[in-house]
Amino acid sequence: MIRRAKLVGQGVAVGLVVLLLALFAWSLATEEGGTLAAAAARGERPPAPDLTLERLDGGGELALSSLRGKAVVLNIWASWCIPCKEEAPYLERVWRRHRARGLVVVGLDAKDFRRDARAFVERFGLTFPIVYDGPGDTLGRLGVTGFPETFVIDREGRVVDVIVGAITSDDDRARLARAIEEALGG
Amino acid sequence: MRALALLVALGALALAPAARGGDPPSAADLEAEIVCPVCETTLDQSNAPIAERMKLFIRERIAAGDSEQEIKDALVAEFGPGVLATPPKRGFGLLAWALPLAGLAAGIVVVSLLARSWARSRRVAPVAPPVEPELERRIDEELARFES
Repeated sequence: MIRRAKLVGQGVAVGLVVLLLALFAWSLATEEGGTLAAAAARGERPPAPDLTLERLDGGGELALSSLRGKAVVLNIWASWCIPCKEEAPYLERVWRRHRARGLVVVGLDAKDFRRDARAFVERFGLTFPIVYDGPGDTLGRLGVTGFPETFVIDREGRVVDVIVGAITSDDDRARLARAIEEALGG
Repeated sequence: MRALALLVALGALALAPAARGGDPPSAADLEAEIVCPVCETTLDQSNAPIAERMKLFIRERIAAGDSEQEIKDALVAEFGPGVLATPPKRGFGLLAWALPLAGLAAGIVVVSLLARSWARSRRVAPVAPPVEPELERRIDEELARFES
């Protein structure tokens, strides 16, 4: 009786350890953890994850895959992020300048109140599509390490460049312009 | 009978305000139960911009007369269930509450089973040490003398 109980206990303990190891392996396999930025920096073009998120304006959902065939500038921001305020007007100008060539700027507002995000959009007169991810669940898949971050994705859905931090200096703007040209295939 | 009905009615009247709303929720309590989505600590431990904004939201909702549950629900609607420091006692969150209790119950069962088997093994009569030959001989002599 006791020996049997011992065996069952040992079996349960071993099973739990195996389960925990499997969970750990799964988390390592699914966590992007900045690998997109690292791969893009090495000159590779890793595929961007297919994100589907609600639109901040309440107009249903937007899937990144639905923009295949266009170049995408995906900007991660939040209304409470001060550097995000500095770069927002510039991103609006980029969108207006290149949209006719097949570029879409998408804002991804994360870890934020919808109301605050809408006020931010109105304040800076942003007209490009904005998606909302309050819990920030997609940030891990993108490997986002902070706010703001900007992903430039080509027409085939591959990441061309990842710019960490606000795009405010001339160097950052030149880098974004180069990445956009590359993403557009120009 | 009439007196009892009157007593019940008075009791119901006395409890009515509490049933309607009770005390307003405490901002400090809520700040200890809500997690800042950026720094992953409770709001009372954080001064991140979003944490400060959430504290302001809580105070606004308390002033507007919302209950603790309404405020939590509103925050979950914005930031997801991960914003709660403790999982909800319903749905999948119930598992987080039930599993430790189930583990405790299983532990009690295992310990009681082990204790029972240990007690049973203690109840078996101890084996007497062998009697020395000299002593055995003397006992036999004493018995023989006693019987004769």
